[in-house]
Amino acid sequence: MILDVEKIRKLFPIYEENPNIVYLDTAASSLKPTPMIDALNHYYQKLGVNIHRGVYKIAHEATDLYESARTKLAHFINASQEEIIFTKGTTNSLNMVANHYLDILGQSDEIIISELEHHSSFLPWLNVSQKTQAKLNFIELDNNGKITVEAFKRILNKNTKVVVITAVSNVMGNTVPVKEITRLAHEVGAHVVVDAAQAAPHIKLDVRDLDCDYLAFSGHKMLGPTGIGVLYMKSALAKSFRPVEFGGEMINQVFKDSMTFKESPYKFEAGTPNIAGAIGLAAAIDLLTEIGLDNVTAHVDALYNYTTNKLKDIEGVKIYNQDSDTGIIAFNIDAIHPHDAASIFDKNNVCVRAGHHCAQLILKWLGAESTLRTSFYIYNDFNDCDKFIESVIEARDFFRKF
Amino acid sequence: MNLDHLYRAVIMEHYKSPLHKGLIEDPSYFMVHLHNPSCGDDMTVQVKVTQQHITDIRHEGTGCSICCSSASVMSETLINKEVNEALKVIDAFYNLLMAKPYDETLLIGDALAYGGVSQFPARIKCASLAWKALEQGLIKEGESSNG
Repeated sequence: MILDVEKIRKLFPIYEENPNIVYLDTAASSLKPTPMIDALNHYYQKLGVNIHRGVYKIAHEATDLYESARTKLAHFINASQEEIIFTKGTTNSLNMVANHYLDILGQSDEIIISELEHHSSFLPWLNVSQKTQAKLNFIELDNNGKITVEAFKRILNKNTKVVVITAVSNVMGNTVPVKEITRLAHEVGAHVVVDAAQAAPHIKLDVRDLDCDYLAFSGHKMLGPTGIGVLYMKSALAKSFRPVEFGGEMINQVFKDSMTFKESPYKFEAGTPNIAGAIGLAAAIDLLTEIGLDNVTAHVDALYNYTTNKLKDIEGVKIYNQDSDTGIIAFNIDAIHPHDAASIFDKNNVCVRAGHHCAQLILKWLGAESTLRTSFYIYNDFNDCDKFIESVIEARDFFRKF
Repeated sequence: MNLDHLYRAVIMEHYKSPLHKGLIEDPSYFMVHLHNPSCGDDMTVQVKVTQQHITDIRHEGTGCSICCSSASVMSETLINKEVNEALKVIDAFYNLLMAKPYDETLLIGDALAYGGVSQFPARIKCASLAWKALEQGLIKEGESSNG
């Protein structure tokens, strides 16, 4: 065990409420720690006022906290401050980017995408494709459901204008060679959009090193609050990127027939933003940084290896993904629908995901209508793994008796 | 939480050996397709109504045991009923699922096995999907034959 789980659990109030909970659904949303909740409360209890426009002390303090959250996020992914746009979350970020290309792409253009994409990464571009007639080109996955640079090269061409890629699949859990794909995409002048919702809680992201043009992630999957996320937009692109929403605080000058915008990131943050959310996310980043993403990875790997070693020997269990890099296991139990199995897990207070995981394309690729999915994080221990394994066997045996 | 209340033997029997399963190519049947996007349960129901009398019901779908078995039980319960009576039985079934009072003279047989679902609110949608499909089918079929 890499991390001191007993100590870590003291930071998560849910374990006081529900000490026996076995939470294995972090890929959907992580549990929420006290320092993050305290940061939200600090804003709401001590400040609670708007930012940027206030001319009094508590408004300055709120503005400072909001902007230092931005600095922290910039630091976290090695971006500069003006490249960090606060959004509602990954879905919001990815839709913003895709909608921008509605006015840019045309019939002869191509978008490269893959079946690994979450619906929030795929559907905005399906919409763009439907409206602009730009062609969606799918990277052929290898036998293990992975994206290879070779497969990407086969479909990359001079008509490729945008490459949409997940950094880590939320079903398969594998990392994707984003850096090399980005380098190749830039050779033909294409822009690269990275969905980092699953990657950010596990893997150190460095946008300078990756050199991607856009990168999106959500707070709630990485110890932060719901309703806050980030869109990283390379500063060179921000100038020509027209705002998608118009209103307060994004505008410079307003006339009857024209307007001028503030610089990025402000021109993309119309209206009063999720101030508490940004401050809460910064507290979550502090905690993650203190623990260290390398330790998170080592811890999750240990739990993953321990569990898959037991799971693969259980007769009747089919594991869909091999060698997950982020501790995700997608599996089914022979002849039992995932929602039936889920009721056994729920009875035992074991929280897993059952369904298509908002990724119907990869489920179709796997030939499954739905699967069970477990995912691990810093608050899980081997005892959780054991309880999970016991529930798998119990589910199998319960339905066999009929 | 006792799962034996949910997974009754009679339910699992319908799941393993469903009655009236499989769609048929016949334009005189009225067809409704319902999908639960949150869990992926997918159900298509066909119904043949002759002079306000349900002469046949077919179903085809994928989903959990509660959803699939319920389609079988629904067909078995409602074939040979008058449309108006069937709609009342469907309503009684919904009430059964929610542990609300219902007319016990209307609802008999295997359908009663779903009484335990009320203890598992997340599964009410599973148990009712095929019944909702038939309900829509009967209402729309009535509208199209009257209109």
